Amino acid sequence: MVIYGVALLSFCMLVGVFVGDVLGELIGVQANVGGVGIAMLLLIILSNLSHHQFRLSAPTEKGVNFWSAMYIPIVVAMAAKQNVIAAVSSGWMAIIAGVAAVAVSFAMIPLLDKIHIGEGGHGDS
Amino acid sequence: MILDALSEVLVKNGLVTAFVFVGALVWISYELSARLSRGHIHGSAIAIALGLVLAWVGGSMTGGSQGLADFSLLAGVGVMGGAMFRDFAIVATAFGADINALKKAGFVAAASVVIGVVLSFVVGSIVAVSFGYTDPIAISTIGAGAATYIVGPVTGTALGAGSDIIALSVAAGLTKSVLVMVGTPFVAPRIGLNSPHAALIYGGLMGTTSGVAGGLAATDPRLVPYGAMTATFYTGVGCLLAPSVLFLIVRAIF
Repeated sequence: MVIYGVALLSFCMLVGVFVGDVLGELIGVQANVGGVGIAMLLLIILSNLSHHQFRLSAPTEKGVNFWSAMYIPIVVAMAAKQNVIAAVSSGWMAIIAGVAAVAVSFAMIPLLDKIHIGEGGHGDS
Repeated sequence: MILDALSEVLVKNGLVTAFVFVGALVWISYELSARLSRGHIHGSAIAIALGLVLAWVGGSMTGGSQGLADFSLLAGVGVMGGAMFRDFAIVATAFGADINALKKAGFVAAASVVIGVVLSFVVGSIVAVSFGYTDPIAISTIGAGAATYIVGPVTGTALGAGSDIIALSVAAGLTKSVLVMVGTPFVAPRIGLNSPHAALIYGGLMGTTSGVAGGLAATDPRLVPYGAMTATFYTGVGCLLAPSVLFLIVRAIF
C-alpha cells in the first residue's frame, strides 16, 4: 500500500528530527543537529533490510518515490519564498561576505575530494 | 463577482493552488531550457532562478519577507516550499542512495562539515574586519552569518549582538544560499562535482540546506541525497563552534 511508504518516510523524518533536537539540547546549541541527515540514514537502513522478512513492496516504494520526485518542485517553491530582497538590499558587506564564503568553499571541494581514505577501510565497522 | 469567487477558491485551497502554480513554472522553465538553451542549462536550474526572481518581485511589491508567498493568492507556495515539505522531500531522496558511498566518504564528509564552518566563518570575519568592524561580537556574528543564515542569528543572540548586526549576518547567509542555488550548476564541472563522494563534501562545505538542495537539484538530482545528508549537520556544528571556540579565537585576536 502506498500509505505504508509515506508512513515509513514520515516515521523516519519524525525520529530523525526528534533525535536532532535532543542532540542539540544535549550539546547546548539552539539548533537541530543533523535531524534530516539522521532521518535519511534511518530510511536507508530500513529500506536495505530487504533480505529479511522486512521487504518493501512496489506500491510501498511508490509512496516514498513520489515524494522524492516532488523534491525539485518543492525546491522551486522554496526558491520563490526566499527573502531575496533582504539579501540584495542590505549593503555590500553582507553580499561580499556571502559571495566570498561561497567562492572559498567551492575552491575547497576538489582538494577534499582527492582524499579517499583506505578505499572503504574507514567506517566499515 | 466571478473573479471574487475564483480568488476565494484559490486562497481557500492555497496548497493546491501552489501545486498548479509551481507546475506551470516548472513547465515554462523546461520549455525555456529546451528551446532557448537547447538543454545546456538544466530546466530545474531555470525554474529555481525564476523562483528567486519572482521572490524578489514579490518582496518588492508586498514589502514582506516571504517572497511570492506574501501574496495571499500564493500563500500556499510558502507552505509547499517551507521547511516541513523541504525536509520531507530531502529525506525521501535518500531512498535508494548508495550506502557504500556513504561509508567510504564517512571521515572526509565529517571533516568537510567542520572545515566548511571554520572556512566560512574566517572568510566572513575577514570581510567584516576589512569593512571596519573591530568589535569581536560583531565580527563573530557576521562570520557566523557567512556560514548560514541560522548560525548568524543564533550566534549573535548568544553573544548579545545588536539587531542591525544580526540582520547583516542573516543577509550574508541569504546571499550565500541564493548564490549556491544559482551558481552550483555553472561551477560543478570545474570543481569535479559529479560523484556521490564529491557531493558529500560539497554538502559539508556549503552547509546551507536550501542552497545545497537547490544547487544539486539544478546540477544532477541523483547527487541530492549525498549533499543534503552532510549539509544537515552543518548548521548544528556551526551553532556549536561559532559562539564558543571561534568567538574566543576572534576575541583573543581583537
